[in-house]
Amino acid sequence: MSTDMPLVNVPKVRVTLTVNGERQSVLVHPMARLLDVLRQELELTGTKEGCGEGECGACSVFLNGDLVNSCLVPVLQVDGAELVTIEGISRDKRWQGLQQSFVQHGGAQCGICTPGMILAAVNLLQRIPNPLEADIRQSLAGNLCRCTGYVKILDAVAQAGRDMTDES
Amino acid sequence: MIFSPLPPFSGKPVPRKEGLAKVSGQARYIDDLSFPGIIHGTTVRSHIPRGIIRSISFGEGIPWEEFAIVTAKDIPGQNAIALILNDQPCLAETLINHAEEPVVLLAHHDRYLLEVARRSVSIEVDPLPPVLGIDESLSRKEIVWGDDNLLKVCELNKGNVDEIWSQADFIVEGEYETGAQEQLYIEPNGMVATVDDNHGITVWGSMQCPYYVQKALMALFDLSAERVRVIQAETGGGFGGKEEYPSMIAAHAALLSWKSRKPVKLIYDRAEDLVATTKRHPSRTRHRTAVRKDGKLLAMDIDFVIDGGAYATLSSVVLSRGTIHAAGPYACPNVRIRSRAVATNTPPHGAFRGFGAPQSIFALERHLNRVAAAVGLTPEELRRRNFLEQGMTTATGQVIRDKIDLRGLLDYALQQSGYHEKKRSFSQHNRTSTLKKGIGFAAFMHGAGFTGAGEKQLASVVGVEAMANGRIRILSASTEIGQGTNTIFAQMAADALSISLDCVEVAQPDTGTVPNSGPTVASRTCMIVGKLVESAALSLKQTLVGSGLLRAGYSSQDFCEACAEYVRRWGPLKSMVQYQQPPEIYWDEVAFQGDAYRTYTWAVYVAEVSVDLTTFEAQVDDFVAVQDVGQVIHPVMAAGQIQGGVAQGIGFALYEKVVWNDGRMLNHQMTNYIIPTAADVPPIRVFFVGGSDARGPKGLGELPMDGPAPAIVNAIEDAIGVSINHVPLMPEDLMKMVGAG
Repeated sequence: MSTDMPLVNVPKVRVTLTVNGERQSVLVHPMARLLDVLRQELELTGTKEGCGEGECGACSVFLNGDLVNSCLVPVLQVDGAELVTIEGISRDKRWQGLQQSFVQHGGAQCGICTPGMILAAVNLLQRIPNPLEADIRQSLAGNLCRCTGYVKILDAVAQAGRDMTDES
Repeated sequence: MIFSPLPPFSGKPVPRKEGLAKVSGQARYIDDLSFPGIIHGTTVRSHIPRGIIRSISFGEGIPWEEFAIVTAKDIPGQNAIALILNDQPCLAETLINHAEEPVVLLAHHDRYLLEVARRSVSIEVDPLPPVLGIDESLSRKEIVWGDDNLLKVCELNKGNVDEIWSQADFIVEGEYETGAQEQLYIEPNGMVATVDDNHGITVWGSMQCPYYVQKALMALFDLSAERVRVIQAETGGGFGGKEEYPSMIAAHAALLSWKSRKPVKLIYDRAEDLVATTKRHPSRTRHRTAVRKDGKLLAMDIDFVIDGGAYATLSSVVLSRGTIHAAGPYACPNVRIRSRAVATNTPPHGAFRGFGAPQSIFALERHLNRVAAAVGLTPEELRRRNFLEQGMTTATGQVIRDKIDLRGLLDYALQQSGYHEKKRSFSQHNRTSTLKKGIGFAAFMHGAGFTGAGEKQLASVVGVEAMANGRIRILSASTEIGQGTNTIFAQMAADALSISLDCVEVAQPDTGTVPNSGPTVASRTCMIVGKLVESAALSLKQTLVGSGLLRAGYSSQDFCEACAEYVRRWGPLKSMVQYQQPPEIYWDEVAFQGDAYRTYTWAVYVAEVSVDLTTFEAQVDDFVAVQDVGQVIHPVMAAGQIQGGVAQGIGFALYEKVVWNDGRMLNHQMTNYIIPTAADVPPIRVFFVGGSDARGPKGLGELPMDGPAPAIVNAIEDAIGVSINHVPLMPEDLMKMVGAG
């Protein structure tokens, strides 16, 4: 919940979104965060809340192709937008190798940061298919993990990058 | 495809059991669970560190009749969170002892209205002067707990330190402090509770210890174990932070559900989780050490104090672990350790990876560098001359039975880190640069499992069950919180039975279906509970063999067929085993003498740092972690545990400062409570050594928390030549110290 006094007794508003390729229409509180709409209205609970203030990256989603923290996005701002969440990425064959690399290299421990991490890694690998370690560190620095010390996440992303480059 | 190794599985990086669910977003954590008709709960807190509640008023303009409202008067049983002393109320009734004391609970289906309502409740408190910090508590100007503010006192004596001072060539004194630290699991705490007349209370949640939660709810509601069921949801990290406080949240959710007769979800946001839940105990350690001119330690006199906060909670056991670890992995004939846990008016401090040891080890490993300097030896040579060896005794008089080689660990760590070459090249480099480089290390040990008689008292139980589908299922209360419980249990059971990993399932911890295997804490899951899993699996096999369904030389498939056939013919088959303490273990809880732990893990960590004298930022550039943890069941997960612990240790040393104001955490956001990011951590190079001749796995989860802070601060001293006695060490501290020096 935000730290500002929320509005109560206000009429709900209709918002239309395309999420993971499907058109969705939801009736929501006008101050609702995109994160809450995804998790509660659309039951896409793979997107996580870690801090609610855009620091931890657990709520990362793609908004019209850009990686954003969905906890900082008022849903009213994204009417008509196209969103991709971890559920969408998981259905996309291109990224199965990345997910498997996370499992194989121990990049996921408790798993709560993992969906956000995977999205940040996808964002990186789309731009730089075979990134250097410095690129990976920089690109994942907005996603906090408390379990791994990041080492195995870096390994997982680097391996996925190498594998994807080899295949292409 | 994911790597799929052949048996034996122990020692190989088999895929994490719940790995695919986690990487695909399918794993269901507590806030992902939904129940029909669910309403949301919230907690109204005191906001004054100490006082007496005069009145509670509910503001105008809120439809209060729509809310479930709970105060202390609504508690059916004992108003306490049962743990060790049961001194912490579930809801404050009269006395306020810290600024985040829960007083009123509210629930409503509309989360936006609920938040407005929370702010409309006023708690009028007649304030009393709070006790803040160790010195104020020890001064006893105000008594806030018991007769003397002392939550627990320990004293440990080996030899007689007072007879030694006159024989010493050098006496070295020092004082060291460590700050509070937040566990900062990325998933905040949360619970869902339902109450129904047929089944009693059921709670799902993010937790480490389902049976702790059950025990607390039974006392709170005055219900039998059969009427309280606790189920762990997938848990997004714990590190000790979900050891005892989840009982409080479960209690609150259950009270709201009891009152409203609806399912209640109570999820903390980050700010509430940071201000209200437990942190690592702040500490102060004083050392007085007698040493001979050849560097031999003659006497160690240690005074160790931790700030327990407002209630006793786990402070007594944190104190005992911190006390036992205060003398480190050294053979010293005369040791006195006097320690106290003191009460203050901050929220109770609690379990956090290391559990008192990181505090006392920080002090010792800083202090020994000063001892070395006083004697004129290098830090490594001083330690080399004092390390414990097989057959020697620790500070508690425990004889080291394991074959250990601490000099070997030290040499290996120094070699892997390039310690000697770097020391030389840095001293050259530092003459001409404002980016000062340094290298330092710490040597330490960590006791595996519960302290003293703890494991005997827990008497943990584990079951293995044959299922109709031919697989076996492990029944244990040990929770998967990221550290790999599910996977290593499956490896250990599969290897014990010589069957395929696919034949092994691990039950979700649920007090309705799994026995009490004790809490998931103290680096005990693999070493203690894992061994019970093996025994239970073997006992199940004996039954199958005895029934005639399983013959020697069986394949994995034969085993599964035998399980299925057994269940078909004779019904359920479960084998349950209970922990039996090895007979050679002896512990005297009063004198603090004997076998404090069944075994220890041993380590030397080396940190390389740079300190920028323009910005006063310190950065860890390289980190080498060498340890003997016994047998490694899963090399990737084990290394991951070490790396994660080291990163938390780097945070403890350089980034993570809890800023207190009148007993409240001021920086209760991830924006201003800073943990290391991917851009901050160095390569963390992990080496497991000496495990091949050990008698199986030892605990390793907490070990990596103990060494980084002293190694890093020793490295910073090497870089800038200023002696530093506290963590966290922030840039502003360095600026003052370098300026003063």
